Amino acid sequence: MDIPYTAQPRPDTGIYNAKAGIWLFLASEVMLFGALFSAYILLRVGAAPADWPHGLLNIPIGTFNTAVLILSSVAVVMAWASLKLRQFTRFKTFQAITVLCAVVFLGVKSLEYRDKFMHYEVWKTDGTRLTGHLKGKPMFLTLAKLKAAGWEKIEFIPDAHFYAEGKLAARKHDGEHKTVEIYVSGIKRLSAFVPAHSTYFAIYFTLTALHALHVLGGAVVIAYLFGPGSKMWFTDPERFTNRVEVTGLFWHFVDLVWIFLFPVLYLL
Amino acid sequence: MSDHSLDMARHVRGYLIVGAALLIGTLLTVWASYIDLGHHWNLVLALVIATAKASLVALFFMHLISERSLIYLILGFTAFFFVGLMFLTIGANADYPPLTTTR
Repeated sequence: MDIPYTAQPRPDTGIYNAKAGIWLFLASEVMLFGALFSAYILLRVGAAPADWPHGLLNIPIGTFNTAVLILSSVAVVMAWASLKLRQFTRFKTFQAITVLCAVVFLGVKSLEYRDKFMHYEVWKTDGTRLTGHLKGKPMFLTLAKLKAAGWEKIEFIPDAHFYAEGKLAARKHDGEHKTVEIYVSGIKRLSAFVPAHSTYFAIYFTLTALHALHVLGGAVVIAYLFGPGSKMWFTDPERFTNRVEVTGLFWHFVDLVWIFLFPVLYLL
Repeated sequence: MSDHSLDMARHVRGYLIVGAALLIGTLLTVWASYIDLGHHWNLVLALVIATAKASLVALFFMHLISERSLIYLILGFTAFFFVGLMFLTIGANADYPPLTTTR
């Protein structure tokens, strides 16, 4: 028995099954990300200004990744339009561009994460705070690990500006980057920019990692429709076009979420 | 070219224009963030640009400009609950005095 309305729209609603399904799913996704944005708002307005970092994320890289996602959104809708025009080869090209964009986005995001894991804040016992890198760029060090390894001092390369100086000042990378020695006995806390560093990085990693999982999931499905899944075009073209449309809707939603994440996390 | 093909070709042109608008919007967002308008106005401007970009994606790429009423109904419910959630967020924040001290 065939399942009805997988290719042709249902006469009373005017839409096929998968389209109703994807919109219901996207509705639940709106509430998922909405809840996390709500958490962001509460954390942000509840934080003292000196505790909310600015200038720690790379704006040109974030802008590049935004452009990559926009390009992928254009490509995915062009892939669907190509099928509507019965141009299967063009569809393949646009699907490949979309998958490539997803890989680039995730690759850049991984490098951004790696950079954060090597970037530190030091809270000194005299009350001063510094951000910067440790010589040799180790990852995930903490004061407990330093003490356990028997370190007496660290060689630290401070950033030109501390994030609490304000949004525009913190974005500048001027000034000399001299290495300073800090005795372990003079450190109260040492943390890389990991979720445990602060509420800012906790919500940053939660939001961006969840978003990256969506990019990964979407890319896997789009890659399937580019590869083995595309055989359906030759047996049931209408249904295949519908499949491409619903994956496209999901992909646009992922782009839409990033459109808000980028200014909220990188720029404000 | 058939009417259908001509119609799709028009759509394709539209998608490219929307894509270009989204890229320009992104650059505008970054540029605006370097202008010191005061935190609140910077926030408002960034969210206005982001909402405009998101609307372009939803209306043209997701075809919400000409969808069936069932989709609008689903989104209507979603919008209702999303706005409700945001009101709860604002209400929750208003319940507490602002934080004035650092750790």
